[in-house]
Amino acid sequence: MKKDFKLYWTLFSSTFFLSAFTFGGGYVIVPLMKKKFSDELHWIEEKEILDLTAIAQSSPGPIAVNAAILIGQRIGGMPGALLSVLGAVLPPLIIISVISSAYAAFRDNAVVSACLKGMQSGVAAVIADVVFGLGGKIVKSKSAFQIGLMIAAFIATWFFGVNVVFIILFCGVLSAAKTLYAGRKGGRDHAA
Amino acid sequence: MLLELFWAFFQIGAMSIGGGYAALPLIRSQVVDIHGWLTMTEFTDLITIAEMTPGPIAINGATFVGTQISGLAGAVVATAGCVLPSSLIVLTLAWLYNRFRNLTVIQGILSGLRPAVVALIASAGLSILMTALWGSSSPADWLGDFQIIPCLLFAAALAALRKFKLSPIAVMLGCGALGVGLHLCGLM
Repeated sequence: MKKDFKLYWTLFSSTFFLSAFTFGGGYVIVPLMKKKFSDELHWIEEKEILDLTAIAQSSPGPIAVNAAILIGQRIGGMPGALLSVLGAVLPPLIIISVISSAYAAFRDNAVVSACLKGMQSGVAAVIADVVFGLGGKIVKSKSAFQIGLMIAAFIATWFFGVNVVFIILFCGVLSAAKTLYAGRKGGRDHAA
Repeated sequence: MLLELFWAFFQIGAMSIGGGYAALPLIRSQVVDIHGWLTMTEFTDLITIAEMTPGPIAINGATFVGTQISGLAGAVVATAGCVLPSSLIVLTLAWLYNRFRNLTVIQGILSGLRPAVVALIASAGLSILMTALWGSSSPADWLGDFQIIPCLLFAAALAALRKFKLSPIAVMLGCGALGVGLHLCGLM
């Protein structure tokens, strides 16, 4: 990949626009980034987006900003990371600066809330689309371990409200144990 | 004053693991309890605005408080403070990831984390869907006022994404425009 002006500009403008549309929390930006950087631009693999999300989630700070830094760094090195932080931070900075002076009027405006209500359905659809895609791949992998982890993680977070950091840690430790165990068994078979 | 602002949001950025609403109590303690920059009412308004606008809640909070205290400079300083600690940590982790991701153990760990991440995204999506269709993400309200129009909008948006491969941003903008249109027709 050539690291020219065009690459950096696309990186910055993409993060800027994606950040401008991440209503409703950090996870919304992940499906958007996957669509943009993986499906559309083919800059980064889908698997890697999920890995980077796990890192973004386990670090302090806003997930959307963390994810932007990671993808920027992956694509454009240090300058890429800086540009994508800027891209991720500018939209909320501008929007809040503008409306913080007139927030009562903004909050009570019926047209604004109708627009936001409509967009909520759109955001939900975007996430659903990506979840079907990613979840479908995991189901197709026919790995009982992965499918089981996915279901267990969903139940833990949705029904029991378990802190996501614990979920990530637990899945990580479990998979490490499984890999080490399989590795040792494999090694013994090999020796025999 | 600017330095104090920077330091307060530096701490918020460094300690809010889990993103989003995990940061709220931290913001409250720094901004309302320790420094008295906002009253509790203003803090509640801040949450409302943060929910209605895009962007991470911590960044929204940083900008809001920064603007109130010392205008644009305050907003920039507070946002920078909020983003700096996580940037450093995340870049270190990225370096480790790039260096070690081909090890078998790390491969194994990552293959277990991916399904978990999908589940977390699904759960976040579901709560947004609940809020869109029922006006609340709490199961107790499910039987309450189910709204048919957001549901149709959701179905149409999903079809547009899956069948016609429209870009997500176009779909969201379209939904927003439809929301305004339906409101003007008295339907929403």
